[in-house]
Amino acid sequence: MSLHKKSLAELAAGLRERKFSSVELTQLYLARIDAHAGMLNAFITVAHESALASARAADHELAAGRARALTGVPFAHKDIFCTAGLRTTCGSRMLDQFVSPYDATVVAKLKDAGTVLLGKTNMDEFAMGSSSETSYYGPVKNPWNTKLVPGGSSGGSAAAVAARLVPAATATDTGGSIRQPAALCGVTGLKPTYGRVSRYGMIAFASSLDQGGVIAPSAEDAALMLSVMAGFDPRDSTSVDTAVPDYVALLGKSVAGLRVGIVKEFFDAGLDAQNGRRVEEALALYRGLGATLKEVSLPNLPLSVPTYYVVAPAECSSNLARFDGVRFGHRCSNPRDLQDLYRRSRGEGFGAEVKRRVMTGTYVLSAGYYDAYYLKAQKVRQLIARDFRDAFAEVDMLMGPTTPTPAFAIGAKMDDPITMYLNDIYTIGANLAGLPAISIPCGFVAGLPVGLQLVGPHFAEGAILNAAHAYQRETDWHRHVPQDYA
Amino acid sequence: MSAMEWETVIGLEIHAQLSTRSKIFSGSASSYGARPNVHANLVDLGYPGVLPVLNAEVVRMAVKLGVAIDARIARTSVFARKNYFYPDLPKGYQISQYELPIVAGGALEIVLEDGSRKRIGITRAHLEEDAGKSLHEGLPGVSGIDLNRAGTPLIEIVSEPEMRSAKEAVAYMKKVHTLVRYLEICDGNMQEGSFRCDANVSVRKKGAEIFGTRAEIKNLNSFRYVEKAILYEVSRQVELLESGGRVVQETRLYDADKGETRSMRTKEEANDYRYFPDPDLLPVVLTDEFIEEIRRGLPELPDQKARRLASDYGLSAYDAGVLTSSRELAAYYEEVTQELQGEPKLAANWVMGELAASLNKEGLDIARSPISSGKLAALLRRIADETISGKIAKEVFEAMWASGKEADAIIEEKGLRQITDTAAILAVIDEVMAKNSAQLADYRSGKDKLFGFFVGQVMKATGGKANPAELTKLLKTKLPG
Repeated sequence: MSLHKKSLAELAAGLRERKFSSVELTQLYLARIDAHAGMLNAFITVAHESALASARAADHELAAGRARALTGVPFAHKDIFCTAGLRTTCGSRMLDQFVSPYDATVVAKLKDAGTVLLGKTNMDEFAMGSSSETSYYGPVKNPWNTKLVPGGSSGGSAAAVAARLVPAATATDTGGSIRQPAALCGVTGLKPTYGRVSRYGMIAFASSLDQGGVIAPSAEDAALMLSVMAGFDPRDSTSVDTAVPDYVALLGKSVAGLRVGIVKEFFDAGLDAQNGRRVEEALALYRGLGATLKEVSLPNLPLSVPTYYVVAPAECSSNLARFDGVRFGHRCSNPRDLQDLYRRSRGEGFGAEVKRRVMTGTYVLSAGYYDAYYLKAQKVRQLIARDFRDAFAEVDMLMGPTTPTPAFAIGAKMDDPITMYLNDIYTIGANLAGLPAISIPCGFVAGLPVGLQLVGPHFAEGAILNAAHAYQRETDWHRHVPQDYA
Repeated sequence: MSAMEWETVIGLEIHAQLSTRSKIFSGSASSYGARPNVHANLVDLGYPGVLPVLNAEVVRMAVKLGVAIDARIARTSVFARKNYFYPDLPKGYQISQYELPIVAGGALEIVLEDGSRKRIGITRAHLEEDAGKSLHEGLPGVSGIDLNRAGTPLIEIVSEPEMRSAKEAVAYMKKVHTLVRYLEICDGNMQEGSFRCDANVSVRKKGAEIFGTRAEIKNLNSFRYVEKAILYEVSRQVELLESGGRVVQETRLYDADKGETRSMRTKEEANDYRYFPDPDLLPVVLTDEFIEEIRRGLPELPDQKARRLASDYGLSAYDAGVLTSSRELAAYYEEVTQELQGEPKLAANWVMGELAASLNKEGLDIARSPISSGKLAALLRRIADETISGKIAKEVFEAMWASGKEADAIIEEKGLRQITDTAAILAVIDEVMAKNSAQLADYRSGKDKLFGFFVGQVMKATGGKANPAELTKLLKTKLPG
């Protein structure tokens, strides 16, 4: 089997056994990126030289028998994670020239594990979008059909993994931004529990919702990545101080007796019939493996999209205030005065979707509107979290579709933000409640991948990864690679 | 209508910088006077991706203040973001506490010069970070930004609008200043801006129930400015109202050079700060045990100390208040009285009188006094045992201040020992009577006032060293003949 089809665990083992070198592996992936990344526009920055330098250092470590978990394994970061010395744009003109002086905690952890960073993946500007079309660097294309979107905001990571330009990539999920592109690109995307992975150095969009995670071909690969990425960070007050298990070691358990909740609200009128059928087939497979399926209701879930579009813009309007042209980022030329500096630097530096959300957020926090919007949304958020809590009193995890439809055409929803926002209707609930969730490929509709979503209680990453892995042992949807990239 | 018919209403918002080693949300040093931006790390600069982490010491300090003013300590308090754009505010928001402050509902008692007492309510005290500062001097055409101060921990102590004069406001501010230094949570340095206040000032007709429209005077960093700014502002508002005008709600700045306040921005121009809970920080949750532990660890507080001094040493409430205005001053005073083993009023008069005046003149605080408590006690002992008179003692004090020598050494060197020997004083009296026969005759014919003349002449002849009591007694027997 060619190297680019091997799993992360196989690559790590192969490197340790010196079947191939990290330099060879890195050159192979860089060549794949050079051949295909332009078409897909999956990367904002490709780090040829530093990747090869890291690979040489990794080979040295491997030769000395000092291999760590992922020594010599290439991967990519979503361009939202700050990387010292390598520019971090967040998909925005605002940060086009920005080189972070420090590494995000996730970046440092993966570096310490011995990985080789190939580059930074393209994304919706400041992670605001569901199609990776809002990037200053142009839209990312879906490797299954380049006229279609890959989903977003982590569309670059999802497309790169789907086309096997990288064995795995980091991603972030504020309102479905890992799971939705994973579903649309036919790969596995894990959003951990809020607080499981440090947010330090991950450029903030909506702080109470943002969570770093991973996109990889399989649940097993995701488990391997998460074991390295997760953990308490004293620099992030919202990270949680609980032990990180070896997620790979937790895989392989039977799902017989697993109580699966089928969320009634996930199977609404908006769900494409064929998309729904693939999900039903996956659920049937679980039943066949001995899981018990039970319908549950999350009555407030239909309010999750409007709730999200109050809370997230409110936080983003404040988080993005630091981009003022004063200390870093884009600064307009020849400002007349302070107001002019602010207006033009921000006006030129931010794209339309970012501006829309900053304005929405500013509005919902304004005197006279705060109670009606922000406070009300926070209350609904509590109700949604309670719905999930109630459901988990009866079942071990929830399952349903990740998205209402497979990938849609580039440009199709750009003029209609509400329709675009509804693409995240099944994923946003887990963000509002801070729950771990994963999307895994569960078949195709007209040649396009469909995602199955599994949502667990807080810190049940091990359980949902195991359930996903159990499915992937029975199916090969996650091994499908688009023809042009096979 | 006369100014007498107006009542002043004042509330103060005091900003005290907490004396922690590092900043409230970052590990940078929290210190004054360094080169610009030396104490500003990536968190202080608001770099993309960085996050705040609360300094636990700041919470301890706030709780200390809260229990000292008998306030409610919130078991859960929340940091919020106050959003506004300004070049020296790196994140575009200030982290502060808004709806759920850590301290609420306390009080302090002030004692005025006439001995009257008044309780001033404290609405709340909340934690927040300071902003940086913009620099303009020596930078033609551009503005510089120094973020050393950005993220310095502050506690904002908000009073009820319960002060009715500039003097009350100053007494309250001094009381808070004393308290924060007793608690060792703020160095109280007003020149460096560690302790400053905003004054909310309004006037209303006496007897009126509702408050007048207030003006907020920003950033007053001395007790004198507080008093002057309030007095100016009150007269401005009264004049305005009496001439048929209207006070507008606004923020004003005090110009110390001109001695006046001037408008900075009106309510209409004020920012909508769009406060909301900071999602980067968890609520601060405190246990009863934590609060009790801090309460048990409190030092003797100024009021307790003042009450003890008043009752132990028979001092007036006002004197006790002055002597306890700092922990160091009170300690100095107590050392002097203990050394003396008595004479607490004599000690109080000297500490608050000669010593305080000399320190004040040279701008020294008590810790840097050239005359130690032991040395002052040795001097006062010589007054008490009548070796020298109070007047001579002032001369000795000055010599001690200048030379650093002991009182006894100076008394011996300069021969200032008081003459108490009856025979020696009588000899001088005889001499004086002989020299001034005309005055003696007048005295004896009924001019009683001349008694003082003879006291003065004897004192002059003895270089002020005659024991005044003994001299009076002897003159009373000798002069009548």
